[in-house]
Amino acid sequence: MSGLKDAGHLFRFAGLFVVAFLVFLVVRGYVVPKTFGEYGHYRGAAIGEIAQRPVKFAGHQACESCHSDIADTKAKGAHAHVNCEACHGAQAQHALADDPTAAIPVKPDTLVLCARCHTASAAKPKGFPQVDPADHMGGVPCQTCHNPHSPAIGSDTGASPATGGAK
Amino acid sequence: MNISRRHLLILLPAAAVAWKYVEAGTPEASPNYQMSEHWWGMLIDIPKCIGCGNCVRACQTENEVPDGYFRTWVERYHRTDYHLENPEVISPDGGKEGFPVAKEDPGMYFFVPKMCNHCSDSPCTQVCPVGATFIAPDGVVLIDPKYCLGCAYCVQACPYGCRYIHPEKKIADKCTLCYHRITKGLTTACCEACPTGARQLADLKNPSDPIHEFLKTHTVQVLKPQMATGAKAFYNGLDGSVR
Repeated sequence: MSGLKDAGHLFRFAGLFVVAFLVFLVVRGYVVPKTFGEYGHYRGAAIGEIAQRPVKFAGHQACESCHSDIADTKAKGAHAHVNCEACHGAQAQHALADDPTAAIPVKPDTLVLCARCHTASAAKPKGFPQVDPADHMGGVPCQTCHNPHSPAIGSDTGASPATGGAK
Repeated sequence: MNISRRHLLILLPAAAVAWKYVEAGTPEASPNYQMSEHWWGMLIDIPKCIGCGNCVRACQTENEVPDGYFRTWVERYHRTDYHLENPEVISPDGGKEGFPVAKEDPGMYFFVPKMCNHCSDSPCTQVCPVGATFIAPDGVVLIDPKYCLGCAYCVQACPYGCRYIHPEKKIADKCTLCYHRITKGLTTACCEACPTGARQLADLKNPSDPIHEFLKTHTVQVLKPQMATGAKAFYNGLDGSVR
């Protein structure tokens, strides 16, 4: 032990270093979120927080669970693969509510809605059904002749008139 | 000086307390969704896109994207004959309200929906100095809004221009692949709203996902493959003029 006789100052310094390191660990423990590094160099809990946001589009399954009659009509027509909310807009407020009657969706204005997809343009794929709106019906609402849920002329139009609203 | 028993009695409990905080962080119980069972991507079928802008509007509604900013947008390309280097590209308001009517001419028109490619070797996550953006274990590139400083390194790093600084929150923002929807078993808002099926959410780890049959029977491409980003937005019918 005689070699360490005059080494006290070194041990004191080492002790100080250890204490500082422990303080660092404690502070780090408080400051760094618990889930940081759970999956990688980021806060793991962020994933769950992002996943928790509420949805606005309910999804066609939610619509079809009540409106199965419309789903049946639609399944037979050219719009079979067009989801409900593609035309009716985000409906989670209506479809996922405890009381769906609290937020009754506004019927879309077909003059605006149908034209969005079906206005003729050379830029659109050639096989896609397109019309020049002015030439095709001159301001007569589309659902006068076509049932939007099954648009071929002659198919049973169960469509009711639009009540306004462009979205 | 000796480290006596007295010193040790003081130091050891302190070390134990410190270690507890180092070790802390048990994963939170997630409900029915297992991240390890998914690897998300997107299939974009260009010949099916009609440029209606439904996806752009749906995304803005679902994710409360401010006006003039886009998590997804649609570009209309007009390529004349062999001029692959100089296509004419328009995207009025991101294609949100559709596109002006095009007259028939010798050129070729097509629409290209764009969005975050959820790259598996993403340049954007690599440059984040604070660990605020990351690739989740299911392959979705996300931003931790509590950690982001808004330095915009990632905005510059993304070769696809898919990120922006949110004008009110002052943090980076981008497509989350509707993470709050896909973890609930729903598809993304853009896919839900697409009337022609031009966009399809794809789970590359799910063997029964139709994406596998599609990839087997079609020649697909990703954007900017030379960047080696491992992009997971697969484009069918992508023209060579698309940048």
